[in-house]
Amino acid sequence: MKLIFEQGAPGRHGANLPELDLPDEVDIPARCLRDHDAALPEVSELDVVRHFTELSRRNFGVDCGFYPLGSCTMKYNPKFCEAVGNIEGFRELHPLLPQLRIGGMLTQGALQVLHDLERLLCEITGMSAFTMQPLAGAHGELTGVMLIAAYHRAMGRKKTKVIVPDSAHGTNPASAAIGGFKVVPVPSDARGFMDLDAFRAALDGQVAAVMLTCPNTLGLFNPHIQEIADMTHDAGGLMYYDGANLNAILGKCRPGDIGFDVVHLNLHKTFATPHGGGGPGAGPVGVSEKLVEFLPTSLVEKRQDGTYVLRYDKENSIGYVAPFYGNFGVMLKAYAYILLLGREGLVKVAEHAVLNANYVLSRLRKHFDVPYDGLCMHECVLSATRQARNGVQALDIAKALIDRGFHPPTVYFPLIVKEAMMIEPTETESKETLDAFCDAMVDIAGLAESDPEALHRAPVTTPVTRLDEYAAARDLDLASL
Amino acid sequence: MPYLPHTDDERREMLAAIGVESIDELFAVIPRRLRPKTYDLFDRVPAPERPASFDIPPGMSEFAVQRKLHTLAAKDATDLVCFVGGGFYDHFIPAAVDALAGRSEFYTAYTPYQPEMSQGILQAMYEYQSAMCRLTEMEAANASLYDGGTALYEAMMMAIRITGRPKIIIDGCVSPIYRKMMDCYTSNLDIELVTVGPDDGSTNRDELKQLVDEKTGGVILQNPNFFGVVDDCTDLVDAAHSAGAVAIASVYPISLGILKTPRAMGFDIVTGEGQSLGLPLSFGGPYLGFMATLKKYVRKMPGRIIGATKDSAGRRGFVMTLQAREQHIRREKATSNICSNEALCAVRAVIYLSLVGRQGLKNVARMCAAKARYARERLTRITGVEPLSDAPTFNEFALKLPVENAAEVVNELIEKGVAAGFPLGRYYPRLRNALLVSVTEKRTKEEIGMLAEALEAVL
Repeated sequence: MKLIFEQGAPGRHGANLPELDLPDEVDIPARCLRDHDAALPEVSELDVVRHFTELSRRNFGVDCGFYPLGSCTMKYNPKFCEAVGNIEGFRELHPLLPQLRIGGMLTQGALQVLHDLERLLCEITGMSAFTMQPLAGAHGELTGVMLIAAYHRAMGRKKTKVIVPDSAHGTNPASAAIGGFKVVPVPSDARGFMDLDAFRAALDGQVAAVMLTCPNTLGLFNPHIQEIADMTHDAGGLMYYDGANLNAILGKCRPGDIGFDVVHLNLHKTFATPHGGGGPGAGPVGVSEKLVEFLPTSLVEKRQDGTYVLRYDKENSIGYVAPFYGNFGVMLKAYAYILLLGREGLVKVAEHAVLNANYVLSRLRKHFDVPYDGLCMHECVLSATRQARNGVQALDIAKALIDRGFHPPTVYFPLIVKEAMMIEPTETESKETLDAFCDAMVDIAGLAESDPEALHRAPVTTPVTRLDEYAAARDLDLASL
Repeated sequence: MPYLPHTDDERREMLAAIGVESIDELFAVIPRRLRPKTYDLFDRVPAPERPASFDIPPGMSEFAVQRKLHTLAAKDATDLVCFVGGGFYDHFIPAAVDALAGRSEFYTAYTPYQPEMSQGILQAMYEYQSAMCRLTEMEAANASLYDGGTALYEAMMMAIRITGRPKIIIDGCVSPIYRKMMDCYTSNLDIELVTVGPDDGSTNRDELKQLVDEKTGGVILQNPNFFGVVDDCTDLVDAAHSAGAVAIASVYPISLGILKTPRAMGFDIVTGEGQSLGLPLSFGGPYLGFMATLKKYVRKMPGRIIGATKDSAGRRGFVMTLQAREQHIRREKATSNICSNEALCAVRAVIYLSLVGRQGLKNVARMCAAKARYARERLTRITGVEPLSDAPTFNEFALKLPVENAAEVVNELIEKGVAAGFPLGRYYPRLRNALLVSVTEKRTKEEIGMLAEALEAVL
């Protein structure tokens, strides 16, 4: 398929722009001007529409089919939530308006959304306050790490290390390192939990925080979680909760009640805001009472007269992690979602996410290795080691699923499972969808025995077959110049 | 409940297949004393010692939520004629941008981990990278960062990786919002951040050149700068290079329709806020951080990068490449912790740039500059109103008003339906009497006249 730059004709254009109702005079000196035009496409609106429509047809989203990408919570995003992002009173709002009439009197509606969503997230997680600024999950992690650093600094403690289990998302160690800490990885034990002996050995007075995902990336809820939190606090450290998997425990337990001090949420996972093919997300960060004073500027407060105000005057705040109030458009969708579902709805989300994952596990247990078997939470991790003995690897199974109309699970993660396939069905999928997926998996497991070669050719139904990733990295072609 | 398809029969069948009696059994691993009290809605076992309430209001109908949100939106002042910019601009967005970016095949997808079924977003990202390179004349771009401020922070970290020197010089004419972000990000790191100037809205060249030394890893400039002033930064970039430092630019992409490119000035890393390329203002986000650089620095660049390659039949296809830089492979040694980016916003940007195209972008930039020139001329005719400096500006300019505090003037003009600009005193206490006025292609001669008359009336 042609690139947009390979289409059109010189002189063609595709946008109907506003009028210039003034003299066409520009008084910028020539030394500050570019000497030739930017080589942008010269195409009509229809050219652009056909091109990007065709590109969309070469893409697969939740609306196209089952998308059990583990750890990504690819649930259905209600269309209503998508629509609220386009309400003019929000969409057209300039982020500097609150500063024009101090107190944000020009943006009371938007500030109320921020305020109400913050209160809801506090109630859902058991935290004291949230900052809405972080623009994605990993950005929330870095914000959390900076909050932890600020807290220890204010307490006059020198802390240099952050403990991260080896099953963690890569963003955890990366965020801790970029935030200025030394990362101490702790191995998992035979049941898939952070090894408690190794943890005790690593936990010393230098530990600023322990970053945990719970349920973890194996889909397992650590029964010792409270013990770990208590030990960490006794050693003077803080507890960080990676909220990537919050979907599993909505209304079932709250990180704040366990003793977590910092929590980031991925609104684009648990709260049904779509992921946009890579983003935008939103990664609000909640904290316990002792960390509230360090939260980023600004915070929304409700005044006694019922109006809302942005506060910029918190002297211990770490400052600005984003220019304004976070990805507001994403928050609107999450806010609408929480209002739609309500208390009972959110609890049912967790229940059916966990029901669906366990059902898939029950159907596939015989056909694939299960490294940490038992009941799981919202996702299950299988291994293709049995199939790999026939030369069929997790990647081949993934590609074969594509030909059967499913997005594959996350493969080769978590890193501690060989040939990992991490399946997160989410609560919005019906039993017949799960059955169809499981039938496909069983069929593929059969083919791995009878005709492994057929699986190496997959996918064959897509616009391109397997791509040469090695060549892509060797002969870099990153732009049409 | 909506969005959950399970029937009672199906739940029973599924539980039987799992080998448990109830959904509650699936949660047995969570200690009972941690369970919020609402758990009682579904589980009648009393547990008085439970700590939490999970006090979320009951669900509402779609119609009720719609009514609530429309009521809230109506409280926002979106009917003001907007002359506020500050790096975030009220540009025209062609309808086709929404129509195409609203294709759910794009917006309901995750990061393209499976390239064969994600060629659409991958090719769109490759085209976006190409468009940003063509706009800036750089050699490589990444597939987006969160926003212009975090992109600038990432560029600073990249410069330190390239040079091994943790001292950064930043022009005081760089957005004060971004400079506050840089302060925040460096607070727990051993990075020396030195601010230069500003002098009446322009870079203090002598001071900057004097400060650049053999310990400097990067020099950060913005063009047009926060005061709207356009410049040819070539001499400053040369000074950075002479000392072995990396030159970083923060730019406003629409301005590149006519302004000298960062590459032509010699910059090594170019970042910016892509909101002006087809993204609504949306009260601060989602926006689009972009970054472009030279080929020799690509492996030091953060973020997802899309590359072209071939499939097993020799057809062109696209994949995420150079992933060995990234957190999911390198963990604590990654170039950045970024995972989710702003892919859909980048899709909007490339659709926008394709629609306006070669001539259209130039026209938009020219219209902004021409309308701003007219507005500056018109407003400075008012007695007592003067430009902050004589330096050339693009679509935004700073005015000194004959008052002590420009914020009060802005406040008064709101009553007349105009958001007259951004009072600079908030970020530059010395400039309490100054107003930053922004004009986009959407503003009309009549609206500019209305601003001028309203301003004249209150001064």
